[in-house]
Amino acid sequence: MITFDRFTLSNGLRVLVHTDISTPMAVVNVLYDVGARDEDPDQTGFAHLFEHLMFGGSLHIPEYDQPLQLAGGENNAYTTNDFTNYYIQLPADNLETAFWLESDRMLSLAFSQKSLAVQQKVVCEEFKEHYLNKPYGDVWSHMRSLAYQVHPYRWMTIGRELAHIEQARLQQVKDFFFKHYTPCNAILVVAGNVHVAQVRALAEKWFGPIPSGTRYQRQLPVEPVQTAPRYKMIQAPVPLDHLCKTWHMTNRLGATYHATDLLTDMLGGSASSRLHQQLVKEQKLFVHIDCYHFGSSDPGLVAIEGKLVEGVSMEKAEQALNEQLNIFKGQQPSEQELEKVKNKTESAIAFEDMSVMSRASSLAYYELLGDAALMNQELSKYAAVTTAQVATVSNELFRSENENTLYYYANPSA
Amino acid sequence: MIDRQKTPPIVDAVHYQLELKLYTHHQLDNGVDVYMIDAGAEDVLQIEWLYKAGNCYESQNLIAATTNYLLRAGTTQHTAYELDEKIDYVGAYVNRGCYNQQAGLTLHCLNKHIDVLLPLIREVLTDSVFPAHELLLYQQNMKQRLSVNLRKSDYVAGRLIDTYLFGEDHPYGRYSSAAAFDLLTREAILAFYDRFYLRGDFQLFVAGKIPVDLLKKLNRYFGDLPISKTNLPTHTICPATQKKFNIQNDPAGIQGAIRIARPFPGRQHPDFLPALVLNTVFGGFFGSRLMNNIREEKGYTYGIHSYLLNLQQTSAWMISTEAGKEVCAVTIKEVYAEMNRICNEPISEEELNLVRNYMMGGLLGDLDGPFQLIARWKNLILNDLPPAHFYRTIDTIRTVNARQLQELAQRYLNPSDFYELVVV
Repeated sequence: MITFDRFTLSNGLRVLVHTDISTPMAVVNVLYDVGARDEDPDQTGFAHLFEHLMFGGSLHIPEYDQPLQLAGGENNAYTTNDFTNYYIQLPADNLETAFWLESDRMLSLAFSQKSLAVQQKVVCEEFKEHYLNKPYGDVWSHMRSLAYQVHPYRWMTIGRELAHIEQARLQQVKDFFFKHYTPCNAILVVAGNVHVAQVRALAEKWFGPIPSGTRYQRQLPVEPVQTAPRYKMIQAPVPLDHLCKTWHMTNRLGATYHATDLLTDMLGGSASSRLHQQLVKEQKLFVHIDCYHFGSSDPGLVAIEGKLVEGVSMEKAEQALNEQLNIFKGQQPSEQELEKVKNKTESAIAFEDMSVMSRASSLAYYELLGDAALMNQELSKYAAVTTAQVATVSNELFRSENENTLYYYANPSA
Repeated sequence: MIDRQKTPPIVDAVHYQLELKLYTHHQLDNGVDVYMIDAGAEDVLQIEWLYKAGNCYESQNLIAATTNYLLRAGTTQHTAYELDEKIDYVGAYVNRGCYNQQAGLTLHCLNKHIDVLLPLIREVLTDSVFPAHELLLYQQNMKQRLSVNLRKSDYVAGRLIDTYLFGEDHPYGRYSSAAAFDLLTREAILAFYDRFYLRGDFQLFVAGKIPVDLLKKLNRYFGDLPISKTNLPTHTICPATQKKFNIQNDPAGIQGAIRIARPFPGRQHPDFLPALVLNTVFGGFFGSRLMNNIREEKGYTYGIHSYLLNLQQTSAWMISTEAGKEVCAVTIKEVYAEMNRICNEPISEEELNLVRNYMMGGLLGDLDGPFQLIARWKNLILNDLPPAHFYRTIDTIRTVNARQLQELAQRYLNPSDFYELVVV
């Protein structure tokens, strides 16, 4: 049970406080309700590039990192398709430094041309390092654009191409900031060795004077229901063939989310899971095979992907995978198998909740979903899932009309 | 109106009285040392069985790592699948790890499942059979994973730089190959298991919210295992004579993996602690000189870091980055320029003070939770360093001065002493 207090400033900033006096540290987590899904299709990667610019100096503070390091703090940030999250950990005595820094960059950035030019290069190197210069680095770029035809999940947070990042202009950076980086589009979580009255006073002092901004109304194109299977073939100079499949699933708040999460654990993700046991260990067709899902805010994907043992044909591997999925759909899993994945989930949550930082970001995320208290309902929602539900959801999910397949062939001369 | 230009007052982290909660030390009936940290609010446990069974003890490449990996491959009582199923059923994690000197198992679990898990761990540590078909599958899959990794320039660079520093015949510089996987035999694995696990020498590191009877249980399951003293074999370091290497790995590569490194003495050496501070200034954190110059000023890379290798017998000073192919040469030039600058100019009080505070804040944050606490103590225990060493570290962070750091830089940060490698 994670306890917290919650209040909203008059400018619309939602503030959550989670006290844990067993640590000498404090965590300040600021989540902005903007992610890669909010980008223009011709300007992808912008939300992530923007995240880099948030460290390039704000209205009154030329250097973000230095004063924080001087206060014994550390920070980082990440961008997802759904949101952008910034976090600081520092000695609780120096909590106000974090308020000072975060509120100034919520008020306004410095919008430096030099920072933009440098971070464009840095992000291009990040793009190369993780997606272009790595074998199989482009699998998800292909898969996203296959599985989604209109919804902006069709591109990755890094963006579709280097050119989109290179073309960003300072005016666009300013527009993006004043549209999304406002108190009414943000959630502040303060956790650790802090107390509510202190956080309230600091929040009023530093964030209170910032103009509210306009609440961003998200109007994203709805992905039409897929009605026929889709395929794509890629040839690349990689050592092994790779098979990747996805199916459309519900969104993070959907009624079948927890059953979907548990069924992906039955199929993949642990040594005793079905696909690993059958396809890696018994039939020896895959070097590895994983099953997981994107628990995204809008309807997501369940994915199964793996590399084929050299000499095994794509057809044979795919057929064996389909057989396993048919067996899974054909017979309700046992109570014991369900109990196993529930136990695994319970223990994963316990380990995750050990860190104050992780508790703070979870609270922010659940508040974004609608209510931070949802965080404390997760275990009972998992506990309520039945074997019958798992069977119903897997039959709904693993239909060929709902399926996208990427055949990624090893070809030395490609 | 608040003055946003004015920095709020801070408490300098260097003034913190850091107390590292001390472990309790126990011994099982067979003399096995148990180090325990009882802390945390969640009912979770981490237990690590650490054997003297790492790469240094093998007489054939990959035997130590393979034996360790196949500890979950089956016993006379249970197949690999049955073991996996039992561990997964209670939501536990049993991770294998093989390092240069130590190798073993780490268990993470909810306290309520400990009674199921301890006998299972005992079983794999005393009754593993290493079935031939499991070894075959392991060889096949590891070779294929290796073929994928060998396409990554950073992976290749990481292997090569270690061989330049230590030589291919030293455990620190030895690396895997398809041929070495092919040469593995079940007999050699059984022999290694027999000598280094069944009649091995191990320690236990335990952290979490410790149940009152845990020690008794550990003694019941592990207090009767035979222990034989195991001495560390000596290996000679054979560094490369050539200093600069350019390796073409991927004709279509668009980035180069850069590694710049030199040998450095181990943790026991008096220069080690001040070097931690010097390294932080140079390339050890986001605000370091390397990061500021090469990422934040020039945008050549997504990240550049320097660090001292965490080895037990010696160490090395390493600089590591991935940079666009066309900017590799200028990146290296800038790294050396930063070495020259840190040798020629004393670090300003302002910069040093920032680094002191940053390091102290980091230490404070690192001590969050039982697993972090035991990790810190383990690092000292494995290096034969007393608890007081932690406080010496803090002392050094607080008091080492610019002149001492400049002298240290002049001794160790000479570009001509470094190996330099670019893999594209």
